[in-house]
Order: sequence, then C-alpha cells, then structure tokens
Amino acid sequence: MRIFTKLSSFVVQALLWLAAFISVFPFYWMLSGATNTANDITGGKVTPGTALFDNISKFFTLVDAPRIFFNSFFVALVGTAITLIITSMAGYGFEMFRSKARDRIFGVLLLMLSVPFAAMMIPLFVMFSKAGLMNSYAAIMLPTLASIFMIFYFRQNTKAFPHELRDAARMDGLKEWQIFAFIYMPVMRSTYAAAMIIVFMTNWNAYLWPLIVLQTNEMKTITLVVASLASAYTPDYGLIMIANVLATLPTILVFFLLQRRFVEGMLGSVK
Amino acid sequence: MKLVTYSNRENWAGWSFIAPAMVLVGLFMVYPILWSAWMSFQTGKGMMTKFGGTDNIVRLTQDPIFQRALGNTLLFLVIQVPIMIVLALLFAVALNNPRLRGRAILRTAIFLPCVTSLVAYSVLFKSMFALDGVVNNTLIFLNIVDEPIGWMFDPFWAKVLIIMAITWRWVGYNMVFYLAALQNIDPSIYEAAKVDGVPAYARFWRITVPMLKPVILFTTVLSTIGTLQLFDEVNTITASAGVGGQPADATLTLSLYIYNLTFRFMPSFGYAATVSWVIVILVGILSWLQFRVARER
Repeated sequence: MRIFTKLSSFVVQALLWLAAFISVFPFYWMLSGATNTANDITGGKVTPGTALFDNISKFFTLVDAPRIFFNSFFVALVGTAITLIITSMAGYGFEMFRSKARDRIFGVLLLMLSVPFAAMMIPLFVMFSKAGLMNSYAAIMLPTLASIFMIFYFRQNTKAFPHELRDAARMDGLKEWQIFAFIYMPVMRSTYAAAMIIVFMTNWNAYLWPLIVLQTNEMKTITLVVASLASAYTPDYGLIMIANVLATLPTILVFFLLQRRFVEGMLGSVK
Repeated sequence: MKLVTYSNRENWAGWSFIAPAMVLVGLFMVYPILWSAWMSFQTGKGMMTKFGGTDNIVRLTQDPIFQRALGNTLLFLVIQVPIMIVLALLFAVALNNPRLRGRAILRTAIFLPCVTSLVAYSVLFKSMFALDGVVNNTLIFLNIVDEPIGWMFDPFWAKVLIIMAITWRWVGYNMVFYLAALQNIDPSIYEAAKVDGVPAYARFWRITVPMLKPVILFTTVLSTIGTLQLFDEVNTITASAGVGGQPADATLTLSLYIYNLTFRFMPSFGYAATVSWVIVILVGILSWLQFRVARER
C-alpha cells in the first residue's frame, strides 16, 4: 500500500512537471525563435541561432515600431484609465445608493454580460463608419470603456468598503463626489490595482474589434502587427518572433511583478 | 433585502454615479444589440437592404457553410470545454497538496500561458506545428508517428490542433479559480474522510467536486461563452494566405463566418446579424442548461 502511494505520487509529480514544461515551452520557443531564421523556425530548430540582429533590423525596417508602440500603449493606458473611473463610479453608485430602479437596471446589465460581442459587432461597425470615426483611437476605445464585467467587479468589491467612512465624511460636510474621489478611491486602491492589470491586458491584447476599425498601418497596435505579419503568404517567422516578444513582454512583466494582484483581479468578481 | 429611502440629494447622487457608464452601455451595447436584432430581418447586400421577414432564417437552414461553422463551433465546445475543466481541476487538486515539492514553480508555469495575447500564442502554435516543425520532429523522434502530421492541412488534425491550442491557453486560468476555491474548503473534512477510510478518488468526487460546484459552474459558463465566440485562433493558426478557418472550412467558426460575411465577402449585414443571433441564442440556452444541471445535482 505504501509503495502504491509513493508510486502514484511520483506519477502525479511527473505529470505536473510535464504540464509545466508544455506550458512554458512555447515561451522558450518564442525567445529562441527570435534568434533563428524563418527556415530554421519552421524546420523545428530548437537551439538558439545567430539571426537575432538580422531579425531585429528586419523588424525595425518593416515596421514603424515607435508609432506602433505609441498606439498600443496609448489605447491600452488611456482606455484603462477611463474604464476604471467610469466602471468604479457605476459599481459604487449601484452598491452605495441602492434603489429598486437601479437594482433592476443592474439585473439587466448582468443579463447583457452573456451577449457575445459578435451580436454588436456589425451595428457598431456601421455606427462608427457613419460617424466618420473609423481608423481612430476613439473607435478602438469607445465600445470597451463601459465594461459590464468591471462594473460587476467594482460593485462586488464595494461591499467591503466600510460605510462608516462615508457617514463620517458626510458629517464633515464632504460632497458625494468628494467622498468618492478622496475617500473611496484611496481606500480601494488594491481593488483598482487588480482591475487595472486585467483591463490593461485585455486592451493590450484586443484583436477582433481593432482588426475591424483600424485600416491603415500607422494606426495598428502591436497585436495587429503580429497578426498581419503572420497572415503573409510566406510568413517570415524570424521577424514575427521579434514582434511577438515585444507584444508579449509588457504583459509578462506585469504578470511577474504583480502576480498576486493579477490573480486577485481575476477572482475579484467571484467573491 | 432592505432598501433605504433616500433623500432627493442622495437619489440624485446615485443616478449621477452610474450615468456615464449607462450612457456608454446604452450607446455601444443596448443600441447595437437592438439594431442587430432588427438587422437580422433585413436582406440584401451592402447598404441596399429591405425587410425580408424570416428569409434569413430560411437561408440559415439552406446554407451548408453556416451549418459547417455551427457544427465546428459546437464540436469545439463539446470536446474542448470538458477536457479543459477536468485538467484544470486535476491540476488544482494536485497543486493544493502542501507536501508537493516545487508547488509555486509548477503553479506559475501552468498559469503563465494566460498572459499571452490570443494572437501571440496562436502565431507560436502555428510555427511549432509546421509540417517539418518542432512538434512533428519530436513525435517522429519518439517513434509516436512515422511521418509528419499535416496539422494545418488535414481537416481532422486541424481541429485537434485548435482544441490543443485553446486548452494550452486556458487550463492554468481555470486552475487558479479552483485553487482559490480549494483554499476555502475546511481541511478537517478531508481528515475525517481519511479516518473513515474513504479512498482518494471518492474524496475527489464526493467532497471536492460538490464543494467546488459554484466555481465549476462559473468557469464552465465563461468557457462556453468564450468558445462560442472563438475567432482569434482560427483566424491565425489555421489561416492560410490571410483566410481563416482552413483547411476547407474545417475550423470555420460562427464568429469567423460572421466576420467573413461582413468584411470579406460583399457585405450582407442582415444575414450576418442573423448568424450572430444564433450565438446569442446558443449562449442563452447553454447557460440556462448549465444552471439547471448544477442545481439538480
């Protein structure tokens, strides 16, 4: 019996390490691919090569990298800031000022959480092209700002906000918006931090909607650049790997620096 | 639930706080949803449309490409979601064992894939699964297969590839939900079961699974919604020369078909909207079913 337990725990260990290897290998593949030629990559060469500088220079000649990164960072950061303000205000409003009417609206929002983006995509496309907003930062950001998921997240977390703080602030004569801006926001900063990571990653990695509204190369985000390089008739994987490393680096950095917060953000709405 | 009566000032504050979000939700969600419902009854190409009643629904029943996209999407759903949920559960239970060595490293490694963008990891998979690529080379080296598998050229293996790719990306993500939920189970329940001689697999089925039911339901619903909207992967991994869903539409999904109908072919917005409502209805039915099943058990 004891031998059996030992053996099974060994098997479990081995399987877990295998899963970990499979999970991490594509990251290694990406890094080593960045140093290999396109032929070596599709030929399955696993070891690092010597084409790194070649790939880098090809990437920077083909892609207007500063512009692309400006696009990506601008859309992701500005979008995240506005999303956090708008959705936290709504979450706060729904939770701190409960009324029958507002609770009912919140119920409708929850129902809409399961309406897939595909159902809104075509009208949104027509709306933005009629408004002459295609190929603009506004077009990428506007439909993502009022994320229902984030409103839900902030409402759930607001339940933990001590009401006494609000009452005390009212006694001191603070206006409602002052209570929100100067008391709620600082107190809830870890909630904001976790939300920030999730929203930033979603914006940074967005693909389908930007693909629809962005039409010129100088407006593309890095995610779209990776996709369009990969959709070439004969993709040059050497330079694609460089693009891929650059596209993935910010999210990996955020992940390693703030892993705990990232997980908090993910779990925040299940509480 | 107790609702306080508010002074006018407070009630006004309540509306003001939610107003910006409501304006945006109204403009960019409610209005488009209603419009697409209306659109789904319009026929015609480009901007020349007219009311077509149930024409689009009839067209759905006669459209082999739609039926193929629907079939593929449901196949991905039925096969991929259970595999992923079960793997995530098993990993979570194994990693929850405090005596396991290298727990933190293993957890981080398995979780890592979900920080990549769908496009970025799709490109990696596309290059790894090339005909002479690293995966085929490894399989041949290990004598598992004799000749390279046509991952992107064979309809069957293309589907397998997509399923493996999605599983790679999302197992760790779901696992973290289960790990968090496992922390909330009182260890003394397991101790008592052990003392009573309940074997490990029975502890898993009789204690772990029932205790995690709400989280399992939550992740299943999320995964179902996600899989029904599958787009990025099939527009990247199994795309050739910029056309997704290859080979021969073997990995075409509903979302990709909507995209093709709207942006690749001569746009027929009405019919595309009808297809998008098929997804809405599927999400509705499946979420409802999952809640029903979860409640009965």
